[in-house]
Amino acid sequence: MTDPARGLPAAPRAGQAALRWLLFAILGLFALFYLMPLFVMIATSLKSLEEIRAGSLVALPARVTFEAWGTAWSSACTGIQCEGLRPYFWNSVSLSVPAVAISTLLGAVNGYVIAQWRFRGANLIFSLMLFGCFIPFQVVLLPMARTLGFMGLTGSISGLVFVHVIYGIGFTTLFFRNYYVTIPVELVKAAKVDGAGFFRIFWSVFMPLSLPILMVTVIWQFTQIWNDFLFGVSFSQAGTQPVTVALNNIVNSTTGVKEYNVDMAAAIIAALPTLFVYAVAGKYFIRGLTAGSVKG
Amino acid sequence: MNKPAFAAVVAAAFVSASSAFAEPQAEVLHWWTSGGEAKSVAVLQQEFAANGGTWTDMPVAGGGGDAAMTALRARVLSGNAPTAVQLKGPAIQEWYEEGALADISAVAEAEGWANVLPASIAGHMQCEGAWCAAPVNVHRVDWIWANADILTANGIAMPGTWDEFNAAAEKLQAAGIVPLAHGGQAWQDATVFEAVALGILGADGFRKAFVELDENALTSDAMVAVFDQMRTMRGYVDRNFSGRDWNLATAMVMNGEAAFQIMGDWAKGEFLAAGKAPGVDFLCASTPGDGFLYNVDSFAMFNVDGEDKRAGQALLAKLIVGKNFQKVFNLNKGSIPARTDVALDEFDSCAHLSARDMAASSESGSLLPSYAHGMALRGAQSGAITDVVTAHFNSDMSSADAVKMLAEAIANSM
Amino acid sequence: MAAWLERNVPKLVLAPSFVAVLVFVYGFIAWTAWVSMTRSRLLPKYEIEGFIQYDRLFAAPRWDTAINNLFVFGALFIAVSMLLGLLLAILLDQKIRAEGALRTIYLYPMALSMIVTGTAWKWIMNPGLGIEATVRGWGFEGFSFDWVIDPDMAIYAIVIAGVWQASGFVMALFLAGLRSVDEEIVKAARVDGIPTWRIYSAIIIPSMMPIFLSAFIVLAHLAIKSFDLVIALTGGGPGYATDLPATYMYAMAFSRGDLGQAASSAMVMMAVVFAIVVPYLYSELRAKRD
Repeated sequence: MTDPARGLPAAPRAGQAALRWLLFAILGLFALFYLMPLFVMIATSLKSLEEIRAGSLVALPARVTFEAWGTAWSSACTGIQCEGLRPYFWNSVSLSVPAVAISTLLGAVNGYVIAQWRFRGANLIFSLMLFGCFIPFQVVLLPMARTLGFMGLTGSISGLVFVHVIYGIGFTTLFFRNYYVTIPVELVKAAKVDGAGFFRIFWSVFMPLSLPILMVTVIWQFTQIWNDFLFGVSFSQAGTQPVTVALNNIVNSTTGVKEYNVDMAAAIIAALPTLFVYAVAGKYFIRGLTAGSVKG
Repeated sequence: MNKPAFAAVVAAAFVSASSAFAEPQAEVLHWWTSGGEAKSVAVLQQEFAANGGTWTDMPVAGGGGDAAMTALRARVLSGNAPTAVQLKGPAIQEWYEEGALADISAVAEAEGWANVLPASIAGHMQCEGAWCAAPVNVHRVDWIWANADILTANGIAMPGTWDEFNAAAEKLQAAGIVPLAHGGQAWQDATVFEAVALGILGADGFRKAFVELDENALTSDAMVAVFDQMRTMRGYVDRNFSGRDWNLATAMVMNGEAAFQIMGDWAKGEFLAAGKAPGVDFLCASTPGDGFLYNVDSFAMFNVDGEDKRAGQALLAKLIVGKNFQKVFNLNKGSIPARTDVALDEFDSCAHLSARDMAASSESGSLLPSYAHGMALRGAQSGAITDVVTAHFNSDMSSADAVKMLAEAIANSM
Repeated sequence: MAAWLERNVPKLVLAPSFVAVLVFVYGFIAWTAWVSMTRSRLLPKYEIEGFIQYDRLFAAPRWDTAINNLFVFGALFIAVSMLLGLLLAILLDQKIRAEGALRTIYLYPMALSMIVTGTAWKWIMNPGLGIEATVRGWGFEGFSFDWVIDPDMAIYAIVIAGVWQASGFVMALFLAGLRSVDEEIVKAARVDGIPTWRIYSAIIIPSMMPIFLSAFIVLAHLAIKSFDLVIALTGGGPGYATDLPATYMYAMAFSRGDLGQAASSAMVMMAVVFAIVVPYLYSELRAKRD
């Protein structure tokens, strides 16, 4: 029953089979709790607007139609253009990918320095970065707008990447530092003895150990950046608006006719890239990467 | 900015709009993004293009323009203001005072706006004597909508006074029908409140309290009576009203679950979209009392560099107040044209009523700006009032306490 | 030169991030502090007027509600998400066959925009439409779940939706932490016959204390910035019963053109966070010093 690649051996005795069923039951119940709103959203997205207007909001659709999904993707109005979410996806991709990559890499290096190459003041710097996570974005908006104007990055994708990297560093550094700090310092010492330098140790010793936390960081950063609305709406202009602004434009009209089925479909479509990242990243939540090498 | 020089440029651009002098350009920030609204604004874009202009769309919906205003501030501070921006009420003057708005008097005077707009609405479009915004439409806020069948079945006529409304509501409640469909969101509470206030305070009292912020008017016995009526109406909404979207409240009226809804004329769009006919399936009337509360959408032009953009601003301003756009836009949107000389043949009976009442109230001086929709006061003050109104409506606060709190909140918002 | 470079490489690597944080976080906090002393309305003004905005802030009943809600919401949201996240991570760590699917199910809420999921939650929690109506439909007439429409309980309804959204990420964080624990130690403990729950409570969890710090910071960040959640679920209502500092600040800064007021609320909020986070940070970082 023991699997060498994974940690805790499963319960060996047959008497504990009941316990396992209990375990599954608990996990299943939680899964139902988590899925409840998704059920409502999918059910609504498959209804016609007449059915929704007749008062059926939480029930299953009487007649399933996929019309709302097509509308959300390619023909819902987001302004005078009625091309759905499609034209905005590329903007979001081209700002999320570099922003996630840069902020994650910076966080990994920063965390490595703070946790493993401690110098006087490192903890103070860490605390300052950490407290920076709490700055409300509403108040940085206006000075940031000035700064971007000054830098000539107004309304551009590069400007958005810059902003997301700046306000992502605190978190990414936090994740990596708190992960690396559990790794014994003997590891670095041993590598130094072998003649490896700063970057060499980072790339060939620490990066291979970091898959789970790397994935957590990517999940966090990708979610934050892909779903960001405030920066996206303030620092973009016509042509660089990210998908959240388009989603907001479909969903959030005040005095227009509300099409809940399209809203729900659009929200799920806008979330698909993030869900994809979760599913892929999930594969790297594996144990045993550190086995043997850590004990220095 | 040098105003006379700019006016000259606009005038030149305007006169030579068809020459090859500068191709009109406009990046337009607005929050009309869903079905009917988007179609309405697309009409403007088509006319703009037909006149040789290039329209760049910058739509930002949300919070009745809050999100768009957020984006606007960031854009202005970064030195990259949009060419034209959907802006309304005293916010226009606030932006003008910041030195951000362009003067469009040249267009307004050439087109004779002063002769075709009601005086009080024209006042909103002017900043220190210069024209600084172009009106698109007039939404009426003080509407009461009703399900025709329910009223007939229970022998109820559209109420002419708030007492009649209360009597009708009691009757409906006894018959097991929700008298008032309402969504418990702050702005909806405020919408009902101002309709009640207009009815009870009268046009002059309303102006004193919610335009001039006169302290005596705000703390008067009549204001206590307004809150009393709000408390009474709290009894006429169903238990689950909290947080409901306004359109779901409209759906309750449509489906016969509720009899009345107090909401601006965008509610008509929901009825029409569901295939209901005015006067047959649903009824529209002004809420009890004299007067007319307007919510006027408008566009302001921001200071920008480049002949092409200034030409775009002049062309846009001209088209917005043009007869054709005023007609087509408002047919789509459920509102009525801001200019009074547009033929209303294609409009429905509710729009006719609205236009008649607007003309009459403009004559009698009871054509008033809506406080709940940001026409009467600057944001800090109207927000302070709404805080009190929604706190009162959603708790068991007494009317006397509410009035006291109202005066304090306004003093604190200054 | 090369030796100096070699010695100072760690500092040089950290320097750009540090400078960026100094300028764009602390510089902007200083800017906010400045603006909070002015009468800025639509756009920032820079003439100092004293503490007028703070006087206004503390005189506003709505701010009282907002800051009280922050304590109630923050404490419950952080505690429940942390416990639930840890519990789910430990349960998932028991070599569960469907781990990948379950993990994605627990995580997905974070991917969905709250603007829309808020609507779904609003319907689910609305007594006339959602859970209450459904359970009553099953014949349990006495069942009641009306938190979202009750001014005294609505903030707890927001906690539920908040936990739903954030606990999956905390689960992922803990799961990554669990998988970094040296399994040799665990195996040794098992050979010694120590029961599983003791292995977790005495060996694994204590070794993950830094992960708790990460989880705490992330959750505290989400708690003080919960904006979409409130706007979509209750819009701050009933009345302003579920207002939070973030919604207050946004309303002041952008809906009401009262920038000075927004800046003062931001400063007070950061002071509160500072008072809570700094002692925790201090003890956490001190304990880790070898």
